[in-house]
Amino acid sequence: MLLLAFALAVTILFVVLRVLGNPVFALISVGATDAEIAAAAARLGVDRPIHEQFFAYIGQLLSFDLGQSFTNHLNVGDEIVRRLNVTLPLTLLSFTLSVLIAVPVGFFAAWKSRTWYGTTFSAVSQLGGAIPVFWVGILLVAVLSLGWRLFPAGGFPRTDWEDPGAALYSLALPVITIAIVAGSDLARYVRSATLDILGQQYLRAARAAGQSFATALWRHGVRNGVVPLISILAIQLSTTFVGAVIIERVFALPGLGDMLLVGIKEQDFPSVQGVLLFSTALVLVLGFIADVLQRIIDPRLRDSLSGNRRTKALA
Amino acid sequence: MTATILPTVPAPAPAPAASARRRRARRSVNLAVGAALFGLIAVIGLVSVFWTPFAYDDTTGDRLQPPSLEHWAGTDRLGRDLFTQLMIGARLALAVGFGSVLIAAIVGITLGLAAAVARRWVDDAISSLLDIAIAFPTLLLAMLIVAWRGASLDSAILAIGLAGAAVIARLTRITATRVLAMDYVTAARTSGTGTLGILRRHVLRNVWPTLIVPLALQFGGAVGAEASLSYLGLGSPPPNASWGRMLQEAQSTVLVAPTAAILPGILLVALIIGVNLLADGLRDVADPTSRSIR
Amino acid sequence: MSALLTVDRLGVRIDGPDPVDLVHAVDVALAPGERLGIIGESGSGKSLTALAVLGLLGHPLVAHGSARVATDAGEVEIVGTPSRRLDRVRGAIMSAVFQEPLSSLDPLMRVGKQVAWPLAHHRGLRGDALRRGVLDALADVQLSDPERIARSYIHEISGGQRQRVAIAIALAAGPRLLIADEPTTALDVTVQAGILELLQREVAERGMALIFISHDLPVVSGIADRVLVMRGGRQVELGDTAQILGAPGDPYTAELVAASRRLDDFLPRSTSGRDA
Repeated sequence: MLLLAFALAVTILFVVLRVLGNPVFALISVGATDAEIAAAAARLGVDRPIHEQFFAYIGQLLSFDLGQSFTNHLNVGDEIVRRLNVTLPLTLLSFTLSVLIAVPVGFFAAWKSRTWYGTTFSAVSQLGGAIPVFWVGILLVAVLSLGWRLFPAGGFPRTDWEDPGAALYSLALPVITIAIVAGSDLARYVRSATLDILGQQYLRAARAAGQSFATALWRHGVRNGVVPLISILAIQLSTTFVGAVIIERVFALPGLGDMLLVGIKEQDFPSVQGVLLFSTALVLVLGFIADVLQRIIDPRLRDSLSGNRRTKALA
Repeated sequence: MTATILPTVPAPAPAPAASARRRRARRSVNLAVGAALFGLIAVIGLVSVFWTPFAYDDTTGDRLQPPSLEHWAGTDRLGRDLFTQLMIGARLALAVGFGSVLIAAIVGITLGLAAAVARRWVDDAISSLLDIAIAFPTLLLAMLIVAWRGASLDSAILAIGLAGAAVIARLTRITATRVLAMDYVTAARTSGTGTLGILRRHVLRNVWPTLIVPLALQFGGAVGAEASLSYLGLGSPPPNASWGRMLQEAQSTVLVAPTAAILPGILLVALIIGVNLLADGLRDVADPTSRSIR
Repeated sequence: MSALLTVDRLGVRIDGPDPVDLVHAVDVALAPGERLGIIGESGSGKSLTALAVLGLLGHPLVAHGSARVATDAGEVEIVGTPSRRLDRVRGAIMSAVFQEPLSSLDPLMRVGKQVAWPLAHHRGLRGDALRRGVLDALADVQLSDPERIARSYIHEISGGQRQRVAIAIALAAGPRLLIADEPTTALDVTVQAGILELLQREVAERGMALIFISHDLPVVSGIADRVLVMRGGRQVELGDTAQILGAPGDPYTAELVAASRRLDDFLPRSTSGRDA
């Protein structure tokens, strides 16, 4: 299932980038001679028949060779790994912080849903899905970095992680920015899931047997609530990753997002392709893990692989 | 009175009248606010087609000026009038919203219906594709299409529309499958109506109410996605002034000329929240059985 | 003999700017071991009354009036007491079985584990004794192959088996009062009789009081000594079963009785005519 999805994605990427776009012209400055064009084409391999290109492409991928950047001739694979040093901590820290914000906030909003806290939350959290993350970044930089000088306005230390303090310091504001926006969005899902659980009859029946509210919630509510939340968290992680891509531009961080955007600008197809392949693989793997986790927790999902049954079971 | 097999009794709800009344009141407030916000921006956008205070590329103004009588929102770093740009941005945002929702609807519904009536394995294949497409972040998909076709308004609308089509397709497929299993469809089939006829007369009519709210919500997402694309430099080039691009240009001078960095953002938030509130308000009208995230 | 449960002008109201009364002034006293049936159509407030007696009304529902249950430590007032203080009364003194076992039981937890909790909490069983207690409890509700059932999840067993499990959980702590809210309504007709018999037997053997709620008059009259008729949140009539059936005082009650007779579907008082 996962392999099929990935194979599909790979093929689509190939079609879009190689067949539909024409990388040759990117390399050629205006006014090149025919001989130069032919030479460039030969170097890229685009003069060979399409199916040969495709197999060469697959072969490259299987040996984890993502090619070389058109612009600076660095190995794409290596470059991706290097830039993960920035993007990975950024994504994971933002994700963790957003979950730490969202779960208690969303839970309380659901628990006290009819009090002022709950209604205020409904209003405020509307912003979470509406506010663009880069705008929040711009504003926070303006106030906290340029204004109050609490955080650096951007950039990442040249020494990379050799000085973890400095590295974390430059990631602090980006992480906070993403966490605020992603967290308030996630809080709405947490609230919805919690409301769902709180209305469930097995909680009531458990209390009728003598369980306290806390016991009933812990024994029955948590596990049942976590199941749909896992899918949401997987999507949230992907969203945080995308947010990181955008935020890297706001804070001038040398991560994967930067690699992707520069690559698109300069039409550096191997780089673009490399980052997109990596992102696709990441998203698919996350989805797969979420799927597996759900199956482990919810026995009703184990009997079938079809999504239809799953929808019915959770109905 | 023999015992009948009843469906599950939900947790005892308060008497329908009172809470539904309260919910409806809240919904109509939402609807009013949403309509006001959306309406305001729609008017601005529409007006911009016929009139703007200045021409877009009129750089005669002083640079980075705060709001004044002459330039109602101030000027940007090239001396262009900001209010004009905001108005054009409104037009663009609306175009992106409607355009991508239209594409999402057409592509999504077609795909969803096709999957619902197709053979099992075709249906499974399409479902898997949709699952992947839905999991794939919209922005990355948009970047892919922009990388392929170059940055333009059309690319953005196409990309965002296609990304949204997947969700619509899945919803359509589920609802259509349910409708196809209904007795009146079987009756129609036995009386000779072909598949296409059934789709047209029964399925489509029962499916589209469920789609109203998701499509309306996609509007807001599309506007936000386009803003992000423009911010990253992948959106439509000038003279299409996108709010996202305005923010990108204003970023470097944010302390000197804060209005340029604040106003486009406020309008973005206003439009997106406005549309989302409208969508929420439509929920009661469109599909009373749907449950909201709110 | 003093009453086990005294309900005095019990009502349920939606709190808020314009409060709405859903249940008005229910008055009944239940003696130990007595079986009371509450009958009414949907929306008559019978389930809400039950939840009010259990102290499990959710916000914004609020009970008013009084409902007192007799414990070893004296009478406990349920109305107005914070729900957590009633935790020790629930399960041990009174417990409940609800209509739909598929949603009343935890779908992600094995049956044995769910039955184990009240045994561990109220009877202090641990380890092997607990394991045996679970199997005994399941056997007590006439589930064949208790080991397999204990290992199963609720979606792996039938509706009738699920309801038996729910009953086992409710009875685990040996309560003095069992409230059964439409326990057979969601079950197939052929299974209903078995559950009713089980309830009758358990109640008789343990000397428990029973409140049996239903919209189905024949079923209720087969199991209850007294019947309380509710309509639109109000108590319409209260009396011995025989009297309610033979000479109903209220016109609404008369209607119910007549309708049931017309369908010719009586469950005679002492035996069930159907296969379990």
